Amino acid sequence: MFTFILRRLAVVIPTFLGITVLAFALIHLIPGDPVLVMVGERKLDPEFYKAAMTRLGLDQPLYLQYWHYLTGMLHGNLGESIVTHEPVLSEFLKLFPATLELSICAMIFATVFGLAAGVIAATRRGTVLDHGVMGAALTGYSMPIFWWGLILIIVFSVNLGWTPVSGRIDLEFDIAPRTGLMLIDTLLAHDLDAFKSAVMHLILPSIVLGTIPLAVIARMTRSAMLEVLREDYIRTARAKGLSPVRIVLVHALRNALMPVVTVIGLQVGTMLAGAVLTETIFSWPGIGKWLIDSISRRDYPVVQGGILLVATLIILVNLLVDVLYGVINPRIRHAR
Amino acid sequence: MRFAPRQLALALAITLAAGTAAAAGKTLIFCSEGSPAGFDPARYTTSTDFDASAETVFNRLSEFEPGSTKVRPGLAEKWSVSADGLTYTFNLRKGVKFHTTAYFKPTRDFNADDAVFTLQRLIDKNLPFNKAAPAEYSYATDMGLDTNIVAVSKLDPYTVQVKLKAVDAAFIQNLAMSFASVQSAEYAEQLLKAGKANMINVEPVGTGPFVFKSYQKDAAIRFEANPGYWRKDEVKLDKLIFAITPDASVRYQKLQKNECQVMAYPRPADLKAMQANPQLAVASQAGFNEGWIAYNVKHKPLDKLEVRQALDMAINKKAIIDAVYQGAGQLATNPMPPTQWSFNKTLKDAPLDVAKAKSLLAKAGVGNGFEITLWAMPVQRPYNPNAKLMAEMIQADWAKIGVKAKIVTYEWGEYIKRSKGGEHDAMTIGWTGDNGDPDNWLGVNLGCEAVGGNNYSQWCDKKFDDLVVKARSLSNQAERTKLYEQAQVVFKEQVPFTPIAHSTVYVPMRKEVTGYKISPFGLTSFYGVGLK
Amino acid sequence: MADNTLPTPAYPSPLKEFWLSFKVNKGATVALVYFVLLVLAALLAPWIAPHAPAEQYRDALLSPPPWAGGNAWRFVLGTDEVGRDILSRLLHGARLSLMIGFTSVLLSLIPGVVLGLVAAFYPGKIGTAIMRLMDIMMALPSLLLAIAIVAVLGPGLGNTVLAIAIVGLPSYVRLARASAMTELNRDYVIASRLAGAGQLRLMFDTVLPNCMAPLIVQATLGFSSAILDAAALGFLGLGAPPPMPEWGTMLATARDYIQSAWWVVTMPGLAILITVLALNLMGDGLRDALDPKLKKG
Repeated sequence: MFTFILRRLAVVIPTFLGITVLAFALIHLIPGDPVLVMVGERKLDPEFYKAAMTRLGLDQPLYLQYWHYLTGMLHGNLGESIVTHEPVLSEFLKLFPATLELSICAMIFATVFGLAAGVIAATRRGTVLDHGVMGAALTGYSMPIFWWGLILIIVFSVNLGWTPVSGRIDLEFDIAPRTGLMLIDTLLAHDLDAFKSAVMHLILPSIVLGTIPLAVIARMTRSAMLEVLREDYIRTARAKGLSPVRIVLVHALRNALMPVVTVIGLQVGTMLAGAVLTETIFSWPGIGKWLIDSISRRDYPVVQGGILLVATLIILVNLLVDVLYGVINPRIRHAR
Repeated sequence: MRFAPRQLALALAITLAAGTAAAAGKTLIFCSEGSPAGFDPARYTTSTDFDASAETVFNRLSEFEPGSTKVRPGLAEKWSVSADGLTYTFNLRKGVKFHTTAYFKPTRDFNADDAVFTLQRLIDKNLPFNKAAPAEYSYATDMGLDTNIVAVSKLDPYTVQVKLKAVDAAFIQNLAMSFASVQSAEYAEQLLKAGKANMINVEPVGTGPFVFKSYQKDAAIRFEANPGYWRKDEVKLDKLIFAITPDASVRYQKLQKNECQVMAYPRPADLKAMQANPQLAVASQAGFNEGWIAYNVKHKPLDKLEVRQALDMAINKKAIIDAVYQGAGQLATNPMPPTQWSFNKTLKDAPLDVAKAKSLLAKAGVGNGFEITLWAMPVQRPYNPNAKLMAEMIQADWAKIGVKAKIVTYEWGEYIKRSKGGEHDAMTIGWTGDNGDPDNWLGVNLGCEAVGGNNYSQWCDKKFDDLVVKARSLSNQAERTKLYEQAQVVFKEQVPFTPIAHSTVYVPMRKEVTGYKISPFGLTSFYGVGLK
Repeated sequence: MADNTLPTPAYPSPLKEFWLSFKVNKGATVALVYFVLLVLAALLAPWIAPHAPAEQYRDALLSPPPWAGGNAWRFVLGTDEVGRDILSRLLHGARLSLMIGFTSVLLSLIPGVVLGLVAAFYPGKIGTAIMRLMDIMMALPSLLLAIAIVAVLGPGLGNTVLAIAIVGLPSYVRLARASAMTELNRDYVIASRLAGAGQLRLMFDTVLPNCMAPLIVQATLGFSSAILDAAALGFLGLGAPPPMPEWGTMLATARDYIQSAWWVVTMPGLAILITVLALNLMGDGLRDALDPKLKKG
């Protein structure tokens, strides 16, 4: 088992190095530079420009810049933002909890409803209910989520007034960030109204972000369930006269869960991509928006560091899924 | 987190108590358009940055009157200018206190040391503080302060003297601009000693109406009222919160739901509905800005006056104001807004005339039409809410006279760099006034010195330039006005650009908000603003 | 006893067999009909659209559809902020969206298959290098990568297509490699290798046709996600330049009018949703029809 994990880790390292190169190359290939963006339509003094470029170390040859970046990174230093002068890591850590909270809630939403929809569709296979549920799932899967978000805001926030429009919490509540997760921070602050407000603010973004994973999970659950329901042991269980509910929920679902768990793991990447759009629509102060803003501001250290951190996250989750899979299924462990 | 029921009840009771306490205070939430890059106004150039620091936390030696381009005394009670116009003496206000915050406790009142430090920092790269926290003070450079200020000295604890190299008629206005906000020398010293000089950009300390409390990127900035503010009647709120909301429709939706009470930059398309909403009030003021189409006079065939005149008269400005500005704009004729002193009222636009435009093109030898590029800004600016749409409409207008325009756009930084280099044929651009001086329009955007810089038309006209340069060196406003009026006539004859519109600034707010004044400079400030 | 031999059942041609099993799936059939209509509409857009897509009727800015309170039947789906007919723009936009989908799929399918086959045939250094590269690309959220690529190349239709193609590449490479690896161990491959078939011939003539089924399904799904990605990029202001009626770009500008003119926002969104849904339904149908092995229930 241990060597298996080591083997997977050995693969991760070159991938990781590759990502540093990719992130560095991408951002430096983008035309324009941070000083120009800062100056905007104002006067550009050549001396001033030169001084700024020197101060930011942007006048050095690219390979040297990469080298500084890489060595800095190995010392745990991702550099500091050109715009705010704050260390990249500390900016990331301030914003990441917001994305994490949103992603977790969206994933819970997607998993709960996705599993339920999948199980219902599988047990009522071929009925109107099955077609309806699966049709809805496919529609969700086909949804341009930015449009979906806008429509939900208009209907539920503006016209019906059920949910707040944007942000993480009503700003009358001044909650000191302790964990950065608003739900937990409000509870730690013993402020139930604030907690309620935080929950209300999470509803729409979670739905929007969870829609596509929900559809994927529902479809996966349905097909996995159908496969399992055909197995001999289910037939045996039926023959033994166990209640159908028990058969479905205990015997079938448990065995159908494995591929579903994998799919959930794989959705993390999709989720982070979706977060970029969802955060833009709901003014959610997370890392998706942060990265997009930084690309347009040419904030090199933030883009490099941010992409690296996000990629690391995805790699780690994939690794975790891999390892879990290996734990569950020894055949995979010894392959390759 | 496990709550025993009794703890829960206790928590609930505390919450309820806290709730009533909070309701007693007056909290105003402002839906702002973006996160500031930092809180040291000297480092930045955009209103998003200034609103969050200069307009709340800080004061300046001289200041603009709320809602006006007129200057009033700030931390300097009065000032005098020597006969040659080169030496300014400032008498400072006594008894003004810097904010007491969790990170800084002032031991003394504001005095000359603070004023000297503030100005020194902008002009002296070798100041120990600047070595510890290197930054570009680009706005000060832009206004020429770094080269024009020769010396700043303290005459006594409440008198400061500034010596200039050349006469600068707008010097006092320049000091009233956000970037010249007065910092505490004592705080800077403390930061320097602690090796945290950069924190001046993160945890600001000023003398202004609001005290900085906390900032969460992309979420909120919190301020509390400065109880001892020296302009007592200008603080009527207990708390001021910026809810950072980049999307304009979301800001509007929040305003409708009273999730905020004032919002920045409404979409022109929403204005009608806002004005009809009985719960909202929409303040408006002619903007101190102008959007225009610049013609690169160094490119053929735009070097021909007839061609520029033809393009100019083919543009249906009225339609653009209806669609792009949604009526929230004022037709522009001059290279400055009508509220700028020295605005020449006698100038008229050439009437929209397709036939005449065609004949002008024929006269210039391009009667069969030609192709040019038309650059569209990738961003929304105060003077142009939708450059892409404007470009599309002009494209359609020019097609009618046989000119085929190809719409080109680049990322913002690249757009500016390439257009300063003169790669474009025609482009959308504009300007928001900095300090209320005519030179800030004519000199900055059309002077020969500005070719390769903000003179996007690459237009250097001897007659025009002589007038503007001469006016800059005078201090008598009546004499200057005459010269600027003549310069505008030259502009109108030569058509280096087509003025399109001055966008009206709208600030939608809840009916309960009182005393809000729109800054002509596009800033958002809460001096004297209260809640009913 | 020759009389008693059963008549050899007439095997349907592969195409017919495919059609028979595709037809079973009603949703997929409906989707196919829609898709054919959409392609026709796109091809015939210049003739069937009631107006030119960039024609600005400045007397009819933001005019609502006639069936929702508007007054002019000449604009069936209403007009946008400069008085352009939305229906005409959608029809012309269909050309763009289909073109974006089609080209970007081709641009990622072909190199993807080649790289995937190479990785399968040369599992040593070359294969590892290719797969590592794909891992790197997979480790970045696709939209973020696409945004970065568009930022590098500059916004524009061609660059949007390219960015989407690059982002889509890894899934084709992985799929092609995985299916080729399974096929490589099959007897028929070993047989033709022993018969002296060259490496290239083995790759493209022997193995590839047997890997096509999952690739075709993936391509259909790639088509739909390309349309979505293009719309997302357009929405973030990185898509086709004006006045091109690309659906995502239309949606992005329409956002300004979400409260004052709902039809400007709703129509392009629905067009995207329905088209993507149709493609996904077709993808499901194709999968079931092409590859009974993949049939999930």
